[in-house]
Amino acid sequence: MIRTRDQLNFSIRALLRQRFRTLMQLIAMSIGVLAVVLLTGLGEGARQYVLGEFSVLGKDILIMLPGRKETSGGMPPMTGEGTRDITLQDAQSLLRLPEVERIAPLVVGNAEISRGARSRETLVLGTNNAFFDIRHIQLARGQILPDLPLDQPSPVCVIGTTLKQELFAAEPALGQWVGIDTYRCRVIGILTDSGTGLGMNMSEALIMPVASSMQLFNTEGVFRVMIDVRSAMGMGVLSRQIEDIMRERHDGQLDVTLITPDSLLKAFDSILSVLTFAIAGIGAISLFVAGVLIMNMTLITVSQRTAEIGLLKALGASSREVRQLFVTEAVMLSLFGALLGTLLAEMLLWLVRMQYPDIPFAAPLWATAAATAIAVGCGFLFSWIPASRAAQMAPVTALQHQNGK
Amino acid sequence: MKAAGINPTADALIRVQGVNKTFLLGDEPVHALNNIGLSIQAGEYLSVMGPSGSGKSTLLNMLGLLDVPDNGQYWLNGADTVPMSEEQRAVYRRRHIGFVFQSYHLIPRLSASENIELPLILAGIAPAERKRRLAPVIERLGLGSRAGHLPNQLSGGQRQRVAIGRAIIMKPRLLLADEPTGNLDSQSGAEVVQLLEELNADGITLIVVTHDADLGRRASRRIRMVDGVIVSDDCTHYSGSESRTDQSDAP
Repeated sequence: MIRTRDQLNFSIRALLRQRFRTLMQLIAMSIGVLAVVLLTGLGEGARQYVLGEFSVLGKDILIMLPGRKETSGGMPPMTGEGTRDITLQDAQSLLRLPEVERIAPLVVGNAEISRGARSRETLVLGTNNAFFDIRHIQLARGQILPDLPLDQPSPVCVIGTTLKQELFAAEPALGQWVGIDTYRCRVIGILTDSGTGLGMNMSEALIMPVASSMQLFNTEGVFRVMIDVRSAMGMGVLSRQIEDIMRERHDGQLDVTLITPDSLLKAFDSILSVLTFAIAGIGAISLFVAGVLIMNMTLITVSQRTAEIGLLKALGASSREVRQLFVTEAVMLSLFGALLGTLLAEMLLWLVRMQYPDIPFAAPLWATAAATAIAVGCGFLFSWIPASRAAQMAPVTALQHQNGK
Repeated sequence: MKAAGINPTADALIRVQGVNKTFLLGDEPVHALNNIGLSIQAGEYLSVMGPSGSGKSTLLNMLGLLDVPDNGQYWLNGADTVPMSEEQRAVYRRRHIGFVFQSYHLIPRLSASENIELPLILAGIAPAERKRRLAPVIERLGLGSRAGHLPNQLSGGQRQRVAIGRAIIMKPRLLLADEPTGNLDSQSGAEVVQLLEELNADGITLIVVTHDADLGRRASRRIRMVDGVIVSDDCTHYSGSESRTDQSDAP
């Protein structure tokens, strides 16, 4: 029996001898592996990013919105069509519960912000000072909204950086007055650059006391109430307690919906996981194509090296050994291709990470392992058939192949 | 008349009885070996001659276990080879038979010494032992300075000497040469023939298939084939073996 080391040596020499063919197969295999690793890396990065965005809210947050939707599966409702508004008094009443640490009501609308000749239509959020802490919003300059009773308006506001740029350019904004439709308020704080989340771009927003915004938009009800819970334990119990209070306050009718970021997170997570699998599947198809290419190339190799096969048999190699030589060659090629592809993919992912540092693009280990396994498996399977054909050949026929040329 | 296939020598290296081989050439069946009977003693020097298509190469392939007869018996070194499996024949080829081809059949990516080493590698012999066996063969072939060269860096005569080295590295009892000088100029051809005859003098059984009448005449036993039949079998010098001359056309 031929020794393993000699066999490897023989295969490596055969591969090096046919540099062009080897290179082509190597490229095909590495592109296949590259596709799988890169695509799953990007998909996984996107998934991690979205999950990260949700986790800004924190796990111990409940969100109450007006209207009752049966959330038996599927996404929780994003828009409230309540029969009855959630008032500030409703929100305030929740603080009775010992498990509720603080609440942040939220009124959302669009308004035209003006300063001198400049004006701009933008997002206006009415809330209280607890909101900044709950949403982890940080200020670059100035201060957050004052700690006022919920129903007390105050002519102050905090603005995002983009809005500040648009209204004030390089001039200092703190202490200046801006017009919000017919209303006027003074800028007391400017947000830091970061702070998008859940689809709201805070850098273009104006944040003002909730009572002021309700006057501005002439509304009695709030859009959302964010409820900060002391501990994440007993979320279900607390939800029921909150629902009891609301039912009591709304004449025995339950017309609010409570959602946890956790449930949103799970929904998104499963969607994005499916997406990642789907693109990994696309990558696997390209890997399969690379495998077919290896099969064709091995077939060509076999016919090119028919005389060599005949010679090896004349020198006393058994059919099994001849087959082993060809299969070893193909498997080695696939393995090198997989390594090369993985390396390239990791490099590209690294480059993308450099470009978008916020998004954690990285291929999961299972994808790399699976891609390599499929590559080697393809190399093995697809070389087996032509290698067997080579091995079956009668030595005399094989040797004559060369003479006939 | 045909060789009758009755052979009293039990200890012959090669004993062939009633062997037939038919090929299909297009739609025409060609009777390449027609009821061949042959007995060859260890250490003999045989030449097989005949026109193209006379079956001499087929005979050589069959003797070399590269080809299997349709029927008949072939005893090599006391073993009946016809019922052997392909794997068993491979082992037998490795141990007992060396081949030298007209077109050398060297592996182009391997150096001269690596080509010679190949049968040892296929036999799974350890590297140290391989080196030990390789050195005297390379020296004997006078390839010392060329051992590291690739085949395409060697002359025809040198290539054939590498091929001979590869054929004898396993110390086989039988050396089969198919037109060993066919691709060589007369000078290199003579050197190769001299090398083969030296090996024969050392005890190896040498069978040469050739078109070259001069080369054929050098052998001590000369077989002529026409249309798959052995038409003459002359034994002039060799005395250890009986000579069967069914249809002699010797002068």
